[in-house]
Amino acid sequence: MGALGHFIEREGVPTAQISLIREQTAAIKPPRALWVPFMLGRPFGAPNAPDFQRKVVRALLALFDRPAGPVLEDFPEDGPGDATGETTFACPVNFARTETDSDDPVAAMRREIAQLAPWYELALKRRRRTTVGVSGLTMDEAASFAASFTGDAPAAAYDAGLSAGVALKRACDDLKAYHYEAVGAQPGNLSSKDIDRWFWFETATARVFLAVQRACLKSDDKSLQPLGKLSLVPRAIGHALAERAGSTA
Amino acid sequence: MARLSELPEWERSHHLDKISALPDYGATPFASGPPLNRRRVAIVTTAGLHARADRPFEMGSTDYRIIPGDTAAADLVMSHISVNYDRSGFQEDINVVFPIDRLRELEADGTIGSISGFHYSFMGASPGHTLETKARELARLMKQDGVDAVLLTPV
Repeated sequence: MGALGHFIEREGVPTAQISLIREQTAAIKPPRALWVPFMLGRPFGAPNAPDFQRKVVRALLALFDRPAGPVLEDFPEDGPGDATGETTFACPVNFARTETDSDDPVAAMRREIAQLAPWYELALKRRRRTTVGVSGLTMDEAASFAASFTGDAPAAAYDAGLSAGVALKRACDDLKAYHYEAVGAQPGNLSSKDIDRWFWFETATARVFLAVQRACLKSDDKSLQPLGKLSLVPRAIGHALAERAGSTA
Repeated sequence: MARLSELPEWERSHHLDKISALPDYGATPFASGPPLNRRRVAIVTTAGLHARADRPFEMGSTDYRIIPGDTAAADLVMSHISVNYDRSGFQEDINVVFPIDRLRELEADGTIGSISGFHYSFMGASPGHTLETKARELARLMKQDGVDAVLLTPV
């Protein structure tokens, strides 16, 4: 982000940036930066908090009044909800594993998608938008495509010109967005950490994702290797899974 | 939340290790402009946002997508390659990443002069120095459009 400030301002256009990692911004020294103590992914604080968002935007705009730079200021407040602890999470959809599920994780993923459909529809109705759809696949198609990478015969990319890695990434992002949007419609005011924990530790789809990751890491396809290393399972989840495995070893 | 001191050691190291790998961006440029209430504001985000019909970003993308100012929230999607940040906030409210409604309010109350008709998005997982050519091209484009206040927003 800070590099963009250098490049754009060198062409004579003033910039002011949000900084999420203060130490990195301090090292890059962009012209004007406002460090905010918010979680990664929420540079303006919190969703549905217009007054707070406006306060952050005003603080960022105020940097244009500074006579000289580089400027690196700290926003003084934490984001709304950042300090709250665990929330109550009574997921009405039962994702307890069954023997059938362990035999057929893809069937379990399809059943899960069907069970979440009313919640996804509720989210769509309430938000009047969805972030699902980058792959262009239905959820069943995305599930079948992603799951095929855990077997011996991965499906061909659904769009000519896409590498296997790009096609798989988009399908997985859509599946994940579908789950996140659906569960976000459920009662309990779930935090982002609640949703992460639910998705990665309780859903059939995450179990397929972890199997896909293992397949990507072993694959000779150069488009799949970076997906396995970097772009499928979050670092925090990888560490949490390793700790769980260590504690049960 | 993104205070390094509050992160686990492995996460703190991940972010600090990036600093030693940074190139030298040279002296900090500093362009001047008119008072805020006469400035024309554009958003340049690295959140990998684009209109639904536009090309999604891929690993290594160094180009940008143009987001027309009247793009409906329902038509804005995200194809960032990183999975290491929260997306649930953006799913709930685009303004937590792309504060277009807040800018409209600040334009209406006279805090800023105007909002550009176009905004732009890179995909921030690509190393910063690889964005120079396209960033400079974009700066010239914005200059022609009269933009003199760019809000740079990461994710």
